[in-house]
Amino acid sequence: MSDLTAEGAAAHVAVRLPSATADLPRWRLLVRRPTFVVGAAILLFWIVCAVFGHQIAPDDPLAQNLLGNNTAPAGTHWFGTDSLGRDVLSRVIVGARDILIITPLATILGTVLGTILGLFMGYFGGIFDLLVSRVVEAVLALPAVIISFLFIVALGPSTSTLILVVGLVFTPLIARTVRAAVLSERHLDYLAAARLLGENPLRVMFAEILPNVLPAILVEFTVRLGYAIFAIATLSFLGFGVQPPTADWGSDIAVSYQHDGLGAGYWWQTLFPALAIASLVIAVNLITDSVEQVQSS
Amino acid sequence: MGVYLLRRLGLMILTLWILSLIVFFAGQVLPGDPGRAILGNLASQNSVQVLDHQLGVDKPLLVKYGSWIGGLLHGNLGTSYEFRAAVGPFVRAALINSLKLAVLAFVIVVPLSILGGVVSALFAGRWVDRVISIAGLSLATVPEFVSGIVLIVIFGVELKWLPVSAAAGAGASDLSQFKHLILPAIPLVFVLFGYIARMARAGTIEALNSDYTRTAVLKGMPRGLVIRRHVLRNSLLPTITVIATQTGYLIGGLVVVETLFNYQGIGGLIYKAAQGKDFPMLESGVVVIGIVYVLATLAADLLLIWLNPRLRSEAGL
Repeated sequence: MSDLTAEGAAAHVAVRLPSATADLPRWRLLVRRPTFVVGAAILLFWIVCAVFGHQIAPDDPLAQNLLGNNTAPAGTHWFGTDSLGRDVLSRVIVGARDILIITPLATILGTVLGTILGLFMGYFGGIFDLLVSRVVEAVLALPAVIISFLFIVALGPSTSTLILVVGLVFTPLIARTVRAAVLSERHLDYLAAARLLGENPLRVMFAEILPNVLPAILVEFTVRLGYAIFAIATLSFLGFGVQPPTADWGSDIAVSYQHDGLGAGYWWQTLFPALAIASLVIAVNLITDSVEQVQSS
Repeated sequence: MGVYLLRRLGLMILTLWILSLIVFFAGQVLPGDPGRAILGNLASQNSVQVLDHQLGVDKPLLVKYGSWIGGLLHGNLGTSYEFRAAVGPFVRAALINSLKLAVLAFVIVVPLSILGGVVSALFAGRWVDRVISIAGLSLATVPEFVSGIVLIVIFGVELKWLPVSAAAGAGASDLSQFKHLILPAIPLVFVLFGYIARMARAGTIEALNSDYTRTAVLKGMPRGLVIRRHVLRNSLLPTITVIATQTGYLIGGLVVVETLFNYQGIGGLIYKAAQGKDFPMLESGVVVIGIVYVLATLAADLLLIWLNPRLRSEAGL
């Protein structure tokens, strides 16, 4: 069923964009790659946790039990409890939600803005390109995490701020990639033809160039998704991201860490959320790597 | 050389100027009142205003930017709100501390990742290559605080081999300082390994497929010699650039690692300044990081040109 609709959609696209047909068999190659399957399975697991977290979790992730705090993993609490006696397993499961909402949205925002900016820079070139390139370079001179928290301190931490700031910080990075892809297309015949036909620049950019640089943008998107998880988890850890008491891997680690949970030997409070983050980024990377391999094959 | 260098320096100054604008105006939208933040909730509105006036925060935006940038150009980084003292010495001390940590991380990661990349390239497409590539890529995107926590749990808490704090305490011997820095350096190594190995791999594969390598093999040169004399020398050029651009990411990582391991470096300094809304400290720290990054990139470009005669003629030297 889903295969049929995919074929139908692809055929529909193929009529308008001949270049897209070449990518079709590659998608089939993708699902045959073990790295892709493993990555997708882990990601799917966390997506299920994000969507149905409250139903799956054995306990209420916010329910405190001060008499049973800091207990080690055992029968009733598989992952132990935190400093307020909340069930760590439940918090790890429910904690998938915010990061899986914020990261894709921030990455999509950055990709859309970066693509538009990159198309303009690559297509128009000249003084516009020169000036924007300087801004891009200035942003690149600062680590993403530092520039993000500079703005988050200013705007105050919230989910929408996080999406906006991380998306904007990623914009120049993605613009640079798209610009490079556009530059390699700029001297091809189909563009000269489009220009001779008198098509307006916007149409040339979005209807002619964009479909041809789409594979590069797709790879860039998956790469950035990995970085976005990195950045957002780090911001949460630093206290500029998702705020307690909401269950979140990064901030849960920070809270336990600040209470010297590690020094006291309560390793489960930090280790399990840490493994959750690691598994998520590794899953995204396995997918990214497969997409890149398939694209370049 | 002259024209190229001038152009390069001109662009660098333009970039730094834009950077200073971004940092300054980001700082200006900081909510809250520095005077209030310093004196606390109980202080009278009058004394808050007096302090704000002393700090100069009630002046117009452009005047503030002018005096800030003028100070920077004279090497005056301003006065910290929190410590009521010149920012310069704090930043300098923090920079030296961070440098120690960064150098240690680089000393470990550069040979290791080049080795990884070259081995990967020699076995391209086989399982050794896949393992190194995927492990490198995964380590590169696991946040430093995650790998740091895992390392602390294993080596600090369970095995008790290494101290979990980076600060060795005053008057500690060099050896003791070194021991305290090993654990914090490893998360940075993890993050950098993937990129550098990837670049070294790509460069090596390119060199392996080149005509000169084929010629060397066909004339009967031993494989080890071909790799050392022809492949490595050419493959490592692009890797140098990557190493320099990684300094930026490295500093980003320092914020986390220095916070996690309680180390008084530039990352920790910026983080504490952001938390305490110590605006001059924050701005200066961030701009200093930008300058370090831009200089590192410039150094890498010049090194690359110096090492590669073809680029030398392109740059018009």
